[in-house]
Amino acid sequence: MIEVNHISHSFEGKQVLFDISSRFEKGQTNLIIGASGTGKSVLLKCIVGLLQPDEGYVTYDGRDFTSGDRNLKIDIRREIGMLFQGGALFDSKNVEENVMFPLNILTKMPLDEKLDRVNFCLQRVDLENVNKKMPSELSGGMKKRVGIARAIVNNSQYLFCDEPNSGLDPQTSITIDNLIKEITIEFDITTVVVTHDMNSVMEIGDYIAFMFEGRLLWEGSNDQIIDCNVQELENFIFANKLMRTMRNMKS
Amino acid sequence: MESIGKFLIFMGRMFIRMESFGTYFKLTVDESIKVGYNSILIFAIVSTFMGAVTTLQTAYNLISPFIPSYVISLVVRDMTILELAPTIMAIVYAGKVGSNIAGELGTMRITEQIDALEVMGINSASYLVLPKIIASLIMYPLLVILAGYLSLLGGYMTAVLTGVMTGYDYIYGIRYDFVEFNVKFALIKALAFAFLVAAISSYKGYFTKGGALEVGQSSTSAVTNSCIAILTADYLLAKLLL
Ligand SMILES: Nc1ncnc2c1ncn2[C@@H]1O[C@H](COP(=O)(O)OP(=O)(O)O)[C@@H](O)[C@H]1O
Ligand SMILES: [Mg+2]
Repeated sequence: MIEVNHISHSFEGKQVLFDISSRFEKGQTNLIIGASGTGKSVLLKCIVGLLQPDEGYVTYDGRDFTSGDRNLKIDIRREIGMLFQGGALFDSKNVEENVMFPLNILTKMPLDEKLDRVNFCLQRVDLENVNKKMPSELSGGMKKRVGIARAIVNNSQYLFCDEPNSGLDPQTSITIDNLIKEITIEFDITTVVVTHDMNSVMEIGDYIAFMFEGRLLWEGSNDQIIDCNVQELENFIFANKLMRTMRNMKS
Repeated sequence: MESIGKFLIFMGRMFIRMESFGTYFKLTVDESIKVGYNSILIFAIVSTFMGAVTTLQTAYNLISPFIPSYVISLVVRDMTILELAPTIMAIVYAGKVGSNIAGELGTMRITEQIDALEVMGINSASYLVLPKIIASLIMYPLLVILAGYLSLLGGYMTAVLTGVMTGYDYIYGIRYDFVEFNVKFALIKALAFAFLVAAISSYKGYFTKGGALEVGQSSTSAVTNSCIAILTADYLLAKLLL
């Protein structure tokens, strides 16, 4: 479980996060949703330690990650896996080297063990026979899969995904979403996904935090979201014609 | 001024939370190939032609029965060692290697590869930049030595082929009144320029913000700033050491 406590952040005097608090439970897919530019990525970066929040702190299963000591931070870092928006695969390394990279850096495993683990993870994300391909030879969906494999290769306890289905077609999006959900349940990890895709919300949103202009306005599950009473969230959800039709059919 | 401060902080960041020696060794070898081996061809072409042209132009300027022809190669030698091989080649080096470094790091920044390293707990400044600087410090002086030889060789071939002087005179001039310190001075300059190009270009690339357009701007600004730094350092070193 990850707890976010009163996080605020600003860039050069411009505040982008206002006192955000939330809890992300283990074994479920937690979503942070909201329109572009509302600070979702900044919040995620504060949670994983890429940005230092101005105020507030984050705990990982009770361990203080923001102000804890250095060794504790290093320990927690080893348990974090992150999928970046474009995959963020290392251009100069092939698929196998990319997935193996965290093992090289974080563990002292022998090579054959590392290879086994890499192949296991690649199979888990339904990629086979691509070990020697370079990132530039992969499609968008495949890059995301490799990114997921790299994020889970070191038995991560916490998985973060920033817009996992941006730039993908609807069908591939759903496959990636489901893959994230399956992995979350299978490995019993805490997963946090940033998205602005309503499909993902309805498909995999066990817990949803809605952000608007740097503030957290609503939390709940995807069963509750249709009946939320927050105007900003309604505008966000029903910007989509399909969702509007669904609401009209319901009432 | 502020950016010089930021630059120094960036340099300092390379030496905290470092990875194992083996990691850096492997990365440095990779970078050396990129920085050094891949620059051999351009260095060979530019330096050979520079030697050839310098010989022709010196010969053109020195046509006088009172000046012995070996003075031509003496001038070519001193120009090569003092300025052409270390400094002019550094400008070429900034164009080739500096833009490459800034482009690579800038792309890694905007595609979040640098963030990916940081999330894994790696000090990305150290992991990415230190090997480039070390590789540059090792390879650039070697490239300068190569450029020096080829420039003199280019001059020799031109001298003999066009008949401005005999091969014997050329060699005689090259050996005449040779000051060993000039070679050391050239190598000191080479080390300084190697550091400046790698460090400035890394800095420009590492702090790229935005998208593909900004990566291009970083590359350009890496080359411009490297060139200014090279010429300033050239002037200062000449004042200090000569
Ligand atoms: N490194 C940065 N420097 C300055 N401003 C930033 C930086 N990163 C993000 N911002 C600003 O913070 C706000 C939130 O951005 P972001 O979290 O990326 O939005 P999104 O919800 O689309 O992920 C935006 O207004 C953006 O301009
Ligand atoms: Mg974002």
